[in-house]
Amino acid sequence: MGEIFKQYVIDHFNFWIAVILMMIGLYAMITKNNLIKKLIGMSIFQTAIILFYVSAGVKDGATIPILEHHAVEVEQVEMLAAAAGHSPSEHAASGHESHAINPDDYSNPLPHVLMLTAIVVGVATLGVALAVSQVIYKNYGTLEESEILAKIKAAENDG
Amino acid sequence: MKWVGLIAVLFTGGLLLSAMDDFPKWGDAHSPANASPVSQYYIEKTIEDSGVPNMVTAVLADYRGYDTMFETVVVLIAGIAIMAILRVMNQIPGGARPSPRHEIGDHHDIIIGTTCRLLIPVLQLFALYVIAHGHHSPGGGFQGGVILGASFILTAIAQGLDPALERLPEKSYVKLAFAGVVIYSGFGVMCLLLGENFLDYGVLHVLLPGIDAAEARSHSMLGVEVGVAFTVSAIMFAIYANLASKGELEGGL
Amino acid sequence: MAEQYPILVLLVLLFGALLVGLAGMADRRICFPVTVTALALALAVSLGILQRVINEGVIRYFVAGWSRPVGIGIELRIDTINALVLLTITTVGLLAAVFSFRRVKEDKTEKTPLFYILYLLLIMGLSGMVITGDAFNLYVLLEVSSLTSYALIAMGKSRRAAVAAFSYIIMGTIGASFYLLGVGYLYLRTGTLNMVEIHQAITGLEGVSSAIVVAFVMIIVGLMIKMAFFPLFGWLPNAYSYCPSSTSCVVAPLMTKVGVYVMVRMMLTVFGTEWVFENLQYSQWMVGMAVIAILAGSVMALAQVELKKMFCYIIVAEVGYMVGGAWLANHWGMVGTVYHIMSDAFMTLCMFLAAGIFLKQAGVVRIDQLDGMFRKMPLTMAGFVVGALAMIGIPPTCGFFSKLYLIRGGMESGHWGYVVALLISSLVNAVLFFRIFEIAYFGKKPVEGHGHHADHSERSVIKEARLSALVPLLTTAVIIILLGIFNQDLVDLIERSLKGAEVIGSAVLSGEGGLG
Repeated sequence: MGEIFKQYVIDHFNFWIAVILMMIGLYAMITKNNLIKKLIGMSIFQTAIILFYVSAGVKDGATIPILEHHAVEVEQVEMLAAAAGHSPSEHAASGHESHAINPDDYSNPLPHVLMLTAIVVGVATLGVALAVSQVIYKNYGTLEESEILAKIKAAENDG
Repeated sequence: MKWVGLIAVLFTGGLLLSAMDDFPKWGDAHSPANASPVSQYYIEKTIEDSGVPNMVTAVLADYRGYDTMFETVVVLIAGIAIMAILRVMNQIPGGARPSPRHEIGDHHDIIIGTTCRLLIPVLQLFALYVIAHGHHSPGGGFQGGVILGASFILTAIAQGLDPALERLPEKSYVKLAFAGVVIYSGFGVMCLLLGENFLDYGVLHVLLPGIDAAEARSHSMLGVEVGVAFTVSAIMFAIYANLASKGELEGGL
Repeated sequence: MAEQYPILVLLVLLFGALLVGLAGMADRRICFPVTVTALALALAVSLGILQRVINEGVIRYFVAGWSRPVGIGIELRIDTINALVLLTITTVGLLAAVFSFRRVKEDKTEKTPLFYILYLLLIMGLSGMVITGDAFNLYVLLEVSSLTSYALIAMGKSRRAAVAAFSYIIMGTIGASFYLLGVGYLYLRTGTLNMVEIHQAITGLEGVSSAIVVAFVMIIVGLMIKMAFFPLFGWLPNAYSYCPSSTSCVVAPLMTKVGVYVMVRMMLTVFGTEWVFENLQYSQWMVGMAVIAILAGSVMALAQVELKKMFCYIIVAEVGYMVGGAWLANHWGMVGTVYHIMSDAFMTLCMFLAAGIFLKQAGVVRIDQLDGMFRKMPLTMAGFVVGALAMIGIPPTCGFFSKLYLIRGGMESGHWGYVVALLISSLVNAVLFFRIFEIAYFGKKPVEGHGHHADHSERSVIKEARLSALVPLLTTAVIIILLGIFNQDLVDLIERSLKGAEVIGSAVLSGEGGLG
């Protein structure tokens, strides 16, 4: 039992948290009556997806994907020397394993980049949705979905 | 409805969790995503390709710069969309606004006004640092742009929308937003004109004497980040201004 | 120059939008010429792309030159299917833009520049989705096209436009987020975002990986929301019928079709047909749902009294045709689906252009208001009739041939329910459109209802539509017939991508029975 719990939950706790948050957001998006609450749900949902991606890029014991400066300086000195002597391709081929960057030391940069895009998209969608809900409020005087639908139905029956 | 929603949500959650045993463990450095050649390439070769230590910036602005260009377009679209939906255009857009001149600090708290006056220059300076130093430390055009936009929003919160719009009128921020995308895609088009693929910054070194291709990449990344920052800061303020005033761009909070 | 075509399509549209934004804000008169020029250039470039694909095979364009190792940069990948869909998008975009000409004069809210910026960026987003070879880039462009369409729909003057746009935003965001989650699952398991690389990684895995299956389900469900497949179509009718005519003319023909295209691309290139049809036994279910979608869409179309709403439910049924066709798991089903993406885009465009003209010239919203239209607007009706015949499936039009291929696919795979549903839906379309013809030709029976007299006096001054509206409508009608006449050439082109590319599981799609 404990073994299964560890295998399914503890080892993947980041995914569990992300999925639970997603479901909270999705539930709010589908069932809430108030339009702003729906948008809050939307934000939770999108943020949970961000959490999902970023947590997938984590490596144990690794740091943020920015090279430490001493490593950079060594590399640049090397490159200058290489540029003086040989062409860059030879330089790459010659291999300089002594201070080679170890990929295990840095977390995966790609999910961070992807999620920057997702954040921007989330902000843009939220902004547009808020603008639309302002128009709805101007037209119907309420942000409760049921009341809006009732008013639409009443208007349909009149005209 | 609630029950249908709950069942749908639980079903989706169960589906998402059902793949759990197929996933790498938390922090596994050898998961398919973390150990893939793509990810390894970014970590190992960024310095060689462009001399930029911040791999996130390098991937964002160079390797996947095409995505980021459309990301900037998404921000632009958000601003344009909100203007299209909300803006009440009863005067010529960008024309002279016969707005009642609000004195700074007029009917506003003196403490808030003074604090903001002290804070805003620092905020803007920090924004410029974040934009310019995005290669070496966490930061970049989006982050710096948001901070820059926030400084204008702070003006609007502290002193009212009109003083803020005097500093950054609608005509200006719309132009600024478009200029950002023009800068970004302009870098790409320059590469096209010099005979390389779109956004292949390496070729730009022929325009800048005395630097090699890697350095040209690094400088071009700064260039496109500045473009991103233009668009993001202008649009953040545009979103706030339109939402806060119901599209009338007057009064506000 | 020719090797830069893939990026040029998008750049022409992007710079058109930027020019409208920078110069059009000051002088609104330039908005329309700039838009049409940009779209015409994009159309020309997409013709060039098609030419190149025919001559040279698959185009692979590495943005920023990052081609080695594959997957570090973004690849644009165009085979004949993308090229044809791209051509469809730019053509529909151009025709609908010409139709929007009168908007410029009549717009009182001075939002014309904003409209054209969003319009161009919408076409750019759709074109970008079609040509990209990167799963995540597709998401970004999906959001570009979604955000623009939310805004365009919310710009409608009707009070209900905003409500329709809001539910579209909620549903659209759920769909796009599901797609993003699916891509995340794929990335976790395969470590790359390039479509072809993902496919290779999937074929390399032993057994059926549950993460890949979940990824597939999430992506398909997300796309189903985007394309308004049957149980998830709720947002579509209101969104498309309460927006301005100039918007519905571009949104209705393209958004759902591009959704279907992305599903086909996922099945063909990313997951591979072998994996989809052999490892997963979903075909029966999906075709069954498509049958329900077709029947439900047709029945609901029959119940509508408003013209645009009726067309919206026909779209729901048509999406059912395409999804069902793609999941028939054989050669002709897939050919029919891709062919139908093109023909349905033009048929829907024709319908919505005609509806826009009726609304503008005669204030027609309901079907029973169409009486006497053949006399009053003969040219408009001529265009409308061609579109209607295509919807029903009468021989020289493209609608007949796409149904022919789909039915052939259904018969070969033994999905008789699908075949019957297609025939019933054609019959329903015939009933719908002949009812309209009857009203429009013979006039209407006396209708109860107030304001009848006022209607009548107004009706007497109805004139034929303006040239800017007629030209796109009649061009669309001609295209519908041309697509039908040249169906064999188009099918040859589509087959080239289905057979030739390494991405096709040859066992399934090469069609054991009767490969043309």
